[in-house]
Amino acid sequence: MEFLGFLARRLAWSLLVLFGLSVVIFVIARVVPGDPARMALGPRASAEQVADLQEKLGLNLPLYQQYARFVGGLARGELGQSLLTERSVNLDIRTTFPATLELVLATVFIAFLFGVPLGVAAARWKDRWPDNLVRAFAIVAAVMPTFFIALLLQVLAGYVLQILPTTGQLPTGTEFEANITGLLIVDALLTGDLNVAFEAMRHLLLPALALSLATMGQVARITRASMIDVSRQDYIEAARAFGVPDRVRLFKYQLRPAFVPPLTIMGLEFASLIGGAFVVELIFSWPGMAAYGIRAITQKDLNAIMGVVMVSGLFFVMVNLLIDVLVGFVDPRIRIRGRRA
Amino acid sequence: MSELAALSNSYQNWYRFSRNPTAVIGLLIVVLSLLAALLAPYITPFPDHVGAIVDFRNRHQPPSLEHWFGTDNVGRDILTRVIFGLRVSLMLAFVVLVIAVPFGTAMGLLAGYFGGWTEIVIMRLTDIALALPPLIMALAVAAVLEPSLMNAMLAIASLWWTWHTRLVYSMVRQIRALEYVEAAETLGASKTHILFREILPNCVSAIAVKTSLDAGFVILIGASLSFLGLGIQPPTPDLGTMVSDGASFLPDYWWESLLPGTAILFVALGFNLLGDGLRDLFDVEDVR
Repeated sequence: MEFLGFLARRLAWSLLVLFGLSVVIFVIARVVPGDPARMALGPRASAEQVADLQEKLGLNLPLYQQYARFVGGLARGELGQSLLTERSVNLDIRTTFPATLELVLATVFIAFLFGVPLGVAAARWKDRWPDNLVRAFAIVAAVMPTFFIALLLQVLAGYVLQILPTTGQLPTGTEFEANITGLLIVDALLTGDLNVAFEAMRHLLLPALALSLATMGQVARITRASMIDVSRQDYIEAARAFGVPDRVRLFKYQLRPAFVPPLTIMGLEFASLIGGAFVVELIFSWPGMAAYGIRAITQKDLNAIMGVVMVSGLFFVMVNLLIDVLVGFVDPRIRIRGRRA
Repeated sequence: MSELAALSNSYQNWYRFSRNPTAVIGLLIVVLSLLAALLAPYITPFPDHVGAIVDFRNRHQPPSLEHWFGTDNVGRDILTRVIFGLRVSLMLAFVVLVIAVPFGTAMGLLAGYFGGWTEIVIMRLTDIALALPPLIMALAVAAVLEPSLMNAMLAIASLWWTWHTRLVYSMVRQIRALEYVEAAETLGASKTHILFREILPNCVSAIAVKTSLDAGFVILIGASLSFLGLGIQPPTPDLGTMVSDGASFLPDYWWESLLPGTAILFVALGFNLLGDGLRDLFDVEDVR
């Protein structure tokens, strides 16, 4: 029951964060720049046209009313009209977000798939060569600019070895509508189109790998540190004394509690992961929200910018809530005590 | 006596520091980059290639004895532009941290020491800032204002202080419960005295470690911003812009993109190793 209370508090926290986000975004978009209508129409538009658009967007209302309209729209899930594509921002984001989600999910998957075993190995052979190698990897991965990793992988796998496609989500000319979950690979598998699913995975591999290296290093580093922490606990000592085999001890008794810190770190890392996705999507011509966001930003499409930032923030908050629940399942002690270790 | 003790203490610290190879390498890289950036007009082979100079006969030259890093698509020496680009990166890190670290530290001190509403307001603010991807925030600000180095720095600084607030806050919470702080309170020391003379000195090493690590990450974000075309505007050399410009000539003229990219990696690595080394030296484990 206490865990439910904890989750309720976290939910309240999330709503507060979202409220704060909406204020920040509103301030950036409405207070700072002067006149969004003039910006959207460009310097050659007539004063009348500008006044018309101001009227339409409600820019002539007092600021607090504009904010109320903005938040009211958010509450209904309405993000307004994109000045650039002249469609609703909702629709634009709904069509572009799944590709980003797919990329981010694959990234997190790869980061944990390799990061956790690397961390376990480093802890198992602490201060020996596997440890040094993993630590060096974690540092270099953390300081490699994401766009640089992306370019290197593109050159290496795309041009030099020519083994993987370097742009887009599917080969050009492939006809496939992802309209069940929106996630290309999942939908392809659901409809039994194995060919498309395979191609989609091949296309996903490079961008996801580029985006995941930094996170993988972090996960390895944190897993290593927490494995070492846990290994000093009495019950691990007891397991050793009873002659429980290494593999069982490491993966069954030690890894489970040690898995909590990397999970929580993942939550915090998530914001920068979304930022990195922007760069990676651009380099690999990935048809996600980032490409849309960058275009909105360079064209000063305010509603679209606000929408993209808001959805990124919402994504961050949801992931962190999800992690709170997950952490409770991984470590029952946290579920019972009702707070994070 | 106390001066002697202090001297031997700092000597001991230096000795321990110098025995840590990664820390020394980090320090060397940082010092080298700072020197190169400061002395850029004197040490670069073609200082006039900083501007919008065009020399089409020499475009796309591969690395050679004359042009160590090759030349770019209008024939400018890349090594020269990389060294000048370091200036921009280091300046960015410097300005962001000069704003964010003192402000974040002050906020952390206030929130940690006074508690109550001060704590609630400040710490909830940091929660909100954490939910904003710094790169996207900087992009949005750069787009709404004009894309420029100054706006990029302001945008990054406006989010970055919160990390220092969280760090200092958690340290203050631990330190204020210690007996010596209680003793100072009992003796009637003023709040300013306790905050700045009793608590802050114990946070300094952690702040230093975090600042060093941060410098690398701020440089990375700045490079990403200019890679996306929203940082400093040409013709001023900037590492991120150079990677982006050179990327269209990959893989044939690889040096135009990959060498400036390596330079970014190099500086960021230096600050990171230095921060790691300081962390071991000061024994502040949980600073990231």
